Amino acid sequence: MDTHSALYEQGKARLAALRQLAPRQQVPLVDKLLQHGITRRDFMKWSAMVSATLALPLPFSQLVAEAAEVADRVPLIWLHMAECTGCSESLVRADTPNLDSLIFDHVSLEYHETLMAAAGWQAEENLEHALETYKGRYLLAVEGAIPTANNGSFLTVGCKGRTGLATVKEAAAGAAAIISVGTCASFGGVQAAYPNPTGAKGVHEVVDKPVINLGGCPPSEKNIVGTLMYFIMFGKLPALDMYNRPKWAYGARVHDNCERRGRFDSGEFVETFGDQGAKDGYCLYKVGCKGPYTYNNCPTERFNHHTSWPVLAGHGCMGCSEPNFWDNMADFEAPLGRQLLHGLDSTADTVGAVILGATVVGIGAHAVASIFAKPLEE
Amino acid sequence: MSKRVVIDPITRIEGHLRIEVEVDDNNVITNAWSSSTLWRGIEVILKGRTPMDVGLIVQRICGVCTYSHYRCGTEAVENALGLAIPLNAKLLRSLMQTSLYMHDHIVHFYHLHGLDWVDVVSALSADPAKAAEVALKYTDNPIAAGEGDLRAVQERVKEFVETGKLGPFANAYWGNGTYKFSPEQNLIALSHYLKALEVQRVAAEMLAIFGGKQPHPQSLVVGGVTSVRDMLSPARLQEWKQKHATVTDFIERAYQADIVMAAEAFGTENSVLGGVNVKNFLATNDFALANGEDLFSQGVIMNGDLASVSDINPELIAEDVTHAWYNADTPQHPYEGTTIPNYTGFVERDTVYGKLPTLDGDGKYSWVKSPRYKGEPVEVGPLSCLLVNYARGNQVVVDAVNGLLARTGLPVEALFTTLGRTAARMLQTVIVAKEGLRTFDSLLTNIVTDESTYVQPHIDPSKEYVGHAMIEAPRGMLSHWVRIKNGVIENYQAVVPTTWNAGPKDANGKIGPYEASLIGLKLEDPTKPLEVIRIIHSFDPCMACSVHVMDFKGQELSEFRVSPNGQ
Repeated sequence: MDTHSALYEQGKARLAALRQLAPRQQVPLVDKLLQHGITRRDFMKWSAMVSATLALPLPFSQLVAEAAEVADRVPLIWLHMAECTGCSESLVRADTPNLDSLIFDHVSLEYHETLMAAAGWQAEENLEHALETYKGRYLLAVEGAIPTANNGSFLTVGCKGRTGLATVKEAAAGAAAIISVGTCASFGGVQAAYPNPTGAKGVHEVVDKPVINLGGCPPSEKNIVGTLMYFIMFGKLPALDMYNRPKWAYGARVHDNCERRGRFDSGEFVETFGDQGAKDGYCLYKVGCKGPYTYNNCPTERFNHHTSWPVLAGHGCMGCSEPNFWDNMADFEAPLGRQLLHGLDSTADTVGAVILGATVVGIGAHAVASIFAKPLEE
Repeated sequence: MSKRVVIDPITRIEGHLRIEVEVDDNNVITNAWSSSTLWRGIEVILKGRTPMDVGLIVQRICGVCTYSHYRCGTEAVENALGLAIPLNAKLLRSLMQTSLYMHDHIVHFYHLHGLDWVDVVSALSADPAKAAEVALKYTDNPIAAGEGDLRAVQERVKEFVETGKLGPFANAYWGNGTYKFSPEQNLIALSHYLKALEVQRVAAEMLAIFGGKQPHPQSLVVGGVTSVRDMLSPARLQEWKQKHATVTDFIERAYQADIVMAAEAFGTENSVLGGVNVKNFLATNDFALANGEDLFSQGVIMNGDLASVSDINPELIAEDVTHAWYNADTPQHPYEGTTIPNYTGFVERDTVYGKLPTLDGDGKYSWVKSPRYKGEPVEVGPLSCLLVNYARGNQVVVDAVNGLLARTGLPVEALFTTLGRTAARMLQTVIVAKEGLRTFDSLLTNIVTDESTYVQPHIDPSKEYVGHAMIEAPRGMLSHWVRIKNGVIENYQAVVPTTWNAGPKDANGKIGPYEASLIGLKLEDPTKPLEVIRIIHSFDPCMACSVHVMDFKGQELSEFRVSPNGQ
């Protein structure tokens, strides 16, 4: 019951916060229900039923009722910087919740250049209005890296010709939470690869507030909406790893949950794309898979409504959720070998080094074993 | 007295685009400037990397037609190495291309372009019962347009509007006189806007089946395709076909019907009857149907003369940077181009919104270069593809185009309009969806005797290689050009659809398709330039694609001269 009362308190606090967030509906929900012939008593019965469905004790029905009455829509401002719009495209693919319920039921999408109806001067007005009206309360999502060379003038947005750098700094100052969507916003991404001609940087390098980094090029639609949902449901930030990525999504290596892990352990490797091993689903390490060095939930969540992920499609992981992977993980179709990257969190540095070392030793042993396992005529 | 109108950001596109126009006392546009306001430098970054990684990097040029760059970059390297890939790989690439088109064109029409045609506020006053009847005018079997569906959509959006928070629909140009749909027609299209959100997810899954994910698939390699297990799995193949059927159903019963509806409603609207003012068109071969057989053919049409189509000569392509934020003395062929950034910023002047920084139309004003064919600006895209194939007598295309003209009662000239450009995209989707099944059947036939998907490339570090590839991206003809030396990328150039369409004027004062399409357009209200947005969206802009740069031997990055804000 202790857990329940803690949860109850948390729920109450969250509802109080939500009441601050969004204006109430013009007609209170109860009145609206009455108009449809639903009484207060019916409504409370419905709330009790929902609580039971959620396996929560009866007192929670009060919370459920309140939650339904609050206009539960968090203001969301989404900015585009130096990017390819792949992350927005990924967001559009989201299925739980899908984009329309995200927009209609969960967030108030105040600004998103790819989706909003307004344009030009009127779009800029929307942004200025949202930054002012919801100051300190909005969720800020940034897609794309921030060009910083030459005072940021490699990117300007809006009729007033402001640099992306200036806009992100201003928007970050008033944000309740900041999410860097994708590897570009998180770590600079492809435009920050050597020699980084525009001085592209991740958001956290240009603002002085905590930023949640969603590595991935693009991050899966699950990781984007999952992170938004976490904030909307719990009103706080999730537990993060040393690169500020949510642990619920980036807590395990791709290699740990890979469907081809058994092949790796048995020393069965694809030697060239399209060989018999490729047809049989052997491990892709020798053709460049960076799964052992990459933290993400791709093997379990996959992409596009669980349809596939690169390793299932026969191509190795390219390490796209890691900082500087364009430089550190290339060539993408050759094994990285015994090259130690960064540890994942400070306490696990040593452990990480040992594990990665062991992995490579393991791979060496497997490689030797697989040479001996080849038929004599080869 | 002339007035300046600034539109930035152009929303509902990929990337950062700024359009400025000058209107006279009658609000008729007399001059227009198109500018991309972001430079990323991807081709500088490519230099010195292995050609095997090119596809993965260049697809990050764009997250919308991500697969197009992936394939074009990979094929440019294959062309340079003289590599012939297995038929299965060719067909799988074609199936992925089909999937991309079915996805991309739906998203463009409904979610990017749609709100230029559909007045959401007007839809709220529609009569759902009447709307359900209206829907039957455009197809015998409408999708998501029964009375119940329409009523539910209307109530959902009404409730949303009543909260007083319009979210993504706030502050748009609702009520503008150039919206021509009746409330009932608006409601039908709004319902399809929502339905299309579902359907595009299925279309994206089609590509992911053989591509690993979408956007940014990961199954092409120099020498072939890696998704051999998916290709050999009957379950996977059937999964593709099933999703194909679902999406095709939507394309035929909603997308096609909505374009016919738009042709009827907007067929007499002045602001959509112009908009194709550069009458030169370029398109290339694409969509492998079987060994040696392509769905679309290449060709060039100049001066709108459909009676004479000539073959593309890649030697005649050159890029001019007189008015782009780069330095170069003469127009350059992609193999020999240089890119030396020279940002000169904005100029303050009076606009309809007060004093603002504006584009320096006399000087440099965009990060997009100006590609020219034989020195002439050219439009690329679905309209160009259809015109070239119509003129060549490609029967599939001739039938589709004539069919649409017959249904709408519009003359061939109606193709040379904003409406025609938008309708061409739909027709191309219908054709690609239908003919895509021929590719699928070719694959089924071939894998019975041939399972190969890959040939291993070999690069001799002592040799120099040069190659290019041309494909049809959803936005039009895309070409990538590569030079390989010492086993690594020596230089790289992408001449992309949006560069052809969105480039600034050249040294001869010739303006590109975006700018030309706006000249002569009358605006109802210059402070709310819906007509401009509608015309520009009909090109399906993709700015990240269009801004690219090639580094060239001996060029030092320290040479970049950048002076922010026009100082």
